[in-house]
Amino acid sequence: MSQTLSNPPLVSRGVAPVTRLAPVALPGPRLGLGLPALLLLAFGVVPQLGGEYWLGAILVPFLILSLAGLGLNLLTGYAGQTSLGSGGFMAVGAFATFGFVVHGGLPLPLAIFLAGLVTAGAGLVFGLPSDRIKGFYLMVSSLAAQFFFEWLFQKFPWFYNYGSSGTITLPRLELFGFDIGSAQGRYYVTLSTVVLLTWIAVSLTRSQIGRNWMAVRDMDTAAAVIGIPVYRSKVVAFAVSSFYLGIAGALWAFLYLGSASVQSFGISRSFQVLFIIIIGGMGSIAGNFIGAAFISLLPLAIDHIAQGFFAGHVDAGLLQNIQKAIFGLLIIGFLIKEPDGLARLLRTLGERLSNWPLRF
Amino acid sequence: MSIPATHAASPSAPPLLDVRGVSLSFKGVKAISDLSFSVARGEICALIGPNGAGKSSLLNVLNGVYVADAGEVVFQGEHFRQIEPIDAARRGIARTFQNNALFRKMSTLDNVLTGLARHTRSGLLSQALRLPGARREEARLREKAEAILDFLDLQAYRDFTVGSLAYGIQKRIELARALVSSPTLLLLDEPLAGMNAREKAEMSAFVRDINRDLGITVVLIEHDVGIVLSLSDHVVVLDYGRKIGDGAPDAVKSDAAVISAYLGAVH
Repeated sequence: MSQTLSNPPLVSRGVAPVTRLAPVALPGPRLGLGLPALLLLAFGVVPQLGGEYWLGAILVPFLILSLAGLGLNLLTGYAGQTSLGSGGFMAVGAFATFGFVVHGGLPLPLAIFLAGLVTAGAGLVFGLPSDRIKGFYLMVSSLAAQFFFEWLFQKFPWFYNYGSSGTITLPRLELFGFDIGSAQGRYYVTLSTVVLLTWIAVSLTRSQIGRNWMAVRDMDTAAAVIGIPVYRSKVVAFAVSSFYLGIAGALWAFLYLGSASVQSFGISRSFQVLFIIIIGGMGSIAGNFIGAAFISLLPLAIDHIAQGFFAGHVDAGLLQNIQKAIFGLLIIGFLIKEPDGLARLLRTLGERLSNWPLRF
Repeated sequence: MSIPATHAASPSAPPLLDVRGVSLSFKGVKAISDLSFSVARGEICALIGPNGAGKSSLLNVLNGVYVADAGEVVFQGEHFRQIEPIDAARRGIARTFQNNALFRKMSTLDNVLTGLARHTRSGLLSQALRLPGARREEARLREKAEAILDFLDLQAYRDFTVGSLAYGIQKRIELARALVSSPTLLLLDEPLAGMNAREKAEMSAFVRDINRDLGITVVLIEHDVGIVLSLSDHVVVLDYGRKIGDGAPDAVKSDAAVISAYLGAVH
């Protein structure tokens, strides 16, 4: 074979340019003592220190928004399916819980759990188009879910038990016979629910189901070829995500707001949840908490600054618009500079600090 | 033209893969016309031919990414007019792609683990709640994936996101992902493309090990004729979607039609 067997042209064989950056190591399960300490803080210390206002008006909504972010993140950040229907699915959870308690006479925890399953079913149905529709178009089709549920829960008075104002509210918050109406009670219930569901989400993302989701997200044709049931994975992601959103919606209506209506779950809620995962970090569990903290604390910070520096000179309406502008800028900034969100920024910072004297 | 093939398996055994009269066209442009050849169990079969000869299209037909216009594929005695990619995977046809098709944001280990999706039995609830059955299964899958990482010498990269690794390493990870599912037939689309000489030697040694030690039948597309001739048991030459050569490497190498159409004129 020393003959001149001239090689066929190898040029322009699609050899993708490889970014020769340093390899990126993924963080393993490296929680150590951090997690127990955090849980001790959240369950033991915070309820003692935090007053009615902090627990009921800041921490409870923060935790619920984290949960909603977690739900959307499983779908968008892990399975790569875009959705703007989060608010609609939260509404399903809230109205289904109300229905199970008022029409069915079920105890609250069972009602919330069943409402989660109902929402999962609704998510599954609205996930069916994901077989054919992808990306931006799927996001538009998820708007159908948002507007359909807004219409549904307004149109049929049965859903809000024929009240005159269209709002849903539960007479008394009770858990196994205990009154949980106080800020502390609502905080504990929310926190326990969120911790449990976060643990389940972590388990899922580290299981074969979670790996299938990420494979579908990163390259769905390859996923099918190596034997991953792509369509099933997508639909399961819609169902699981909606289960989380449904429970978040029920908690939002009854443990935070107290009384809710369709307006509590409008399109702006969907955007809020989406912003949480963009700012916090797609495909990160911790990112949901970071993003939710950011989105609940930033308005407070802006308020404080405005009152401290320009007391009386800035009216409330302008302040709200400034808030929106700041969020808008942040979203653009994150999408361009750090699509992996604050979670990634903090980790990089941590890594740099741990090498600090050598190289920052 | 016909050159007697010297297959690795005994001639009486039915072929593992039999391609019969397969044609494929894209909007009227013939990519493959009336192509037939067979691959014996346990051999390394190389598909060669100029760019656009229909080699990658053929692999895509074999594992269901494309549907042939005519003809059929017989795999392990079962006849297929068309097959879904996931069915092909379930029946033991694994493949790698010409341009790496890895899951870029996932770690090397996780990428390899995705190759085991079709071996997962535990359900949503048991994985969500880490029930004992799911844990046992996960441990078993990880053991398998680690073994493949050892086999292909990839342990050093197990926790890195694959998008950040060098091209040659990515090719090997893709091979690991295909291999971990214990396939019967492995389709490799230009496993050596874009590699330097040392990487090519390493990779072809791995392919040989996979064939010899794990007993997996390999169909590969490769342009490096030197490596093709030394690595394969059987060579099929394509040109403009037609078969112009089929047989043992030495026989194909000296065939006049093949040389003029593909290998270049003899000086």
